[in-house]
Amino acid sequence: MSVLVVADHDLGQLSPATARVVHAVSQLGTVDVLVLGHDTTGVAEKASKLAGVQKVLCAQSLGTAEADVSVVEALAKGYHIVAQSANSCGKDRLPRLAARLDIMPVTDIVEILGSNRFVRPIYAGNALQTVTDPQPRHLLTIRASAFPPAANGNAAPVETIDVPVVSAAQLIATHRTESDTPDLAAAQIVVGGGVALGSAENFQLIARLAKKLGAAIGATRAAVDAGYAPNDWQVGQTGKIIAPDLYIAIGISGALQHLAGIQGAKKIIAINNDPEAPLVKLADVALIGDLFELVPQLIAELDQKLP
Amino acid sequence: MKILVAIKRVVDHNVRIRVRADGSGVETNGVRMSMNPFCKHAVEAAVQLSEAGQGDEVVVVSIGPKPSTDVILTALAMGAHRGILVETDAELETLAIAKLLAKVVAEENPDIVLLGKQAVDDDSNHVGQMLAALTDRPQATFASVIKVVGQALEVTREIDTGTETVSIPLPAVVTADLRLNTPRNAALPMVMKARSKPLAVRAAAEFGVDLAPRLTIEKISPPAERVAGKTVGSPSELAAIIAAEVSQMEAL
Repeated sequence: MSVLVVADHDLGQLSPATARVVHAVSQLGTVDVLVLGHDTTGVAEKASKLAGVQKVLCAQSLGTAEADVSVVEALAKGYHIVAQSANSCGKDRLPRLAARLDIMPVTDIVEILGSNRFVRPIYAGNALQTVTDPQPRHLLTIRASAFPPAANGNAAPVETIDVPVVSAAQLIATHRTESDTPDLAAAQIVVGGGVALGSAENFQLIARLAKKLGAAIGATRAAVDAGYAPNDWQVGQTGKIIAPDLYIAIGISGALQHLAGIQGAKKIIAINNDPEAPLVKLADVALIGDLFELVPQLIAELDQKLP
Repeated sequence: MKILVAIKRVVDHNVRIRVRADGSGVETNGVRMSMNPFCKHAVEAAVQLSEAGQGDEVVVVSIGPKPSTDVILTALAMGAHRGILVETDAELETLAIAKLLAKVVAEENPDIVLLGKQAVDDDSNHVGQMLAALTDRPQATFASVIKVVGQALEVTREIDTGTETVSIPLPAVVTADLRLNTPRNAALPMVMKARSKPLAVRAAAEFGVDLAPRLTIEKISPPAERVAGKTVGSPSELAAIIAAEVSQMEAL
C-alpha cells in the first residue's frame, strides 16, 4: 500500500511529530511525505532523511484548511492512505478532506493492529475503541506521542509540485507564545501546574523547575482559564495529549479532562497538599504538602544532584 | 442573519463512565445525559450574536433518539428560537451526521453554522469540518473569538502554537472551543417559555441519506490500570528519584 503523510512544520522546522507519524504508518506501506507552505526547503530536507520515506513532495499553500485540503485532495487519489498527526492542524484538515473524498476517517489512532485495524481512545481516554476499516482507502490521524520516531539517515528525493490552491478563507494574523521550552507533545519530561499556583507570577515556579530539567511546561484548563498560562500549554481532553517519560504534576487535583491528556505518561509524580486528590492517587510517586515550600526545596536539591 | 447550531446529547461530562464487561460499549442506561459542553458554547455564541443584533433567528438541530429533545429544550431556554430533532435510534458515524446536517443546511440556508468542536463521548472532532466541505463553505474551527465584519467573520482559533485569526466570507461554518464564552444557565421563566417554542421532529430516514456505517467497531475496552504508587516524605527523596529518572533517560 502507498501512504501519503502530511508533514507538520512551524517556523521553518519540521515538527518532531512527523517522524513519529512516519514511523507509525511505515508498517502499512511505502511513505511519501507532503510538505505544504512557503519556503519549505529546510523542512523538506529534514523529512527526506527520515527512514521509510520514499519521496518528499513540496507544494505551495496558504495556511488555511481549504487551501491545504484542496492540495491534498488533488494528490490523494494516488494513495491508499493519507495520514496526518492528530494535532490542531490534522484535526482541522483531515475531516474536511474525508468529506470531500466521501471516506469515513479513523482519527486519534494510538495503536495500529494491522493494515486496517486501529485502536483509538474515546470518552477522554476512559475507554478504547478497536476499529476495522473495510473501506478501500483510509484517512487517518495519528497521535504522535503514542509512537516512537523514525530514525534518520535516509536521503529520499525531494520534488516540487505545482497544484492550484483554492481558499475563500484568509489567514490574517498569528499570535504565538514566546517560549524556549521544548514542544509539549514530544517532550521527554513535562512539568505541569494547576490552578493552585494562584497567579501567573507564581507559575514561574513551574517554569523554573521545567528549566532545571529541560522539560516542557503544561497547565490545566483551570490554570489557563484563570490566565496563569497561555492556551497552548493546556494539557487534557481539549488541549494537548502528552506521553512523556516523566510527568511532574504540581498543584493539580486531576479533573477527568486533564487526566485524559496524561494517560500516556510513563511515570507520574504529583506534588499536592491533598493526599486524596485523584492525580495523587494515580501518581507513581507523590509528595504531600505545600507546593510553595516543597518546589523551591526540590529545585535546590536538584541543583546539587543534577549540576 | 440566520444562525443554525447543531448540538448533541451525550453522557454528562461529570459522570465517571463505565465500560460494559462484554466490550459492547459504554454503559448509558440510567446514566445522566446532557448537552455536550462544546455545543453549549456554540449555542451561547449564537444567542449572543442574536442579542447583539447580528442574528435574526437562531435555529438548533440535534440528531439522535427522542430524548435528545431535552438538549434542544435547553438550547431554546438559553435563547434559541426554534428547534429541529432529526430522530434516529441508530448510532450514526460522523460522516452520516454531517450529511444529514448538510440536508438541513440546504433547507434552512443559514448564514452561519455553529457547532461544538468535538463531542465528549466519541471525541471525534469531525462534524463541523465535514459539514463545511459538504456544503462547500469555508471553516474556522476551535474558535475563541467570533466577530462579524461586514459579510465575513473574523475568527480567532486556538491552535497548538498559540492562536491565529482567519477571515472567512459568509456563509461559513464555525466550531466552538471552550474559551469562546461562558454559557448561561437559563432562568426558570426561560425554561418554561422554551416549551412553547416551535420544535419540529423529523425522521432521519426522510432525508434520503445513506446512514449505513462504514467502519466496524470490534470492541470497546477499558484502558490499562496504573499500578498503585507510593508517597515520599521529603523533597530530597523526590529529587533522588527524579535524578535517577533523568540519568536513565540520558543513558538511552
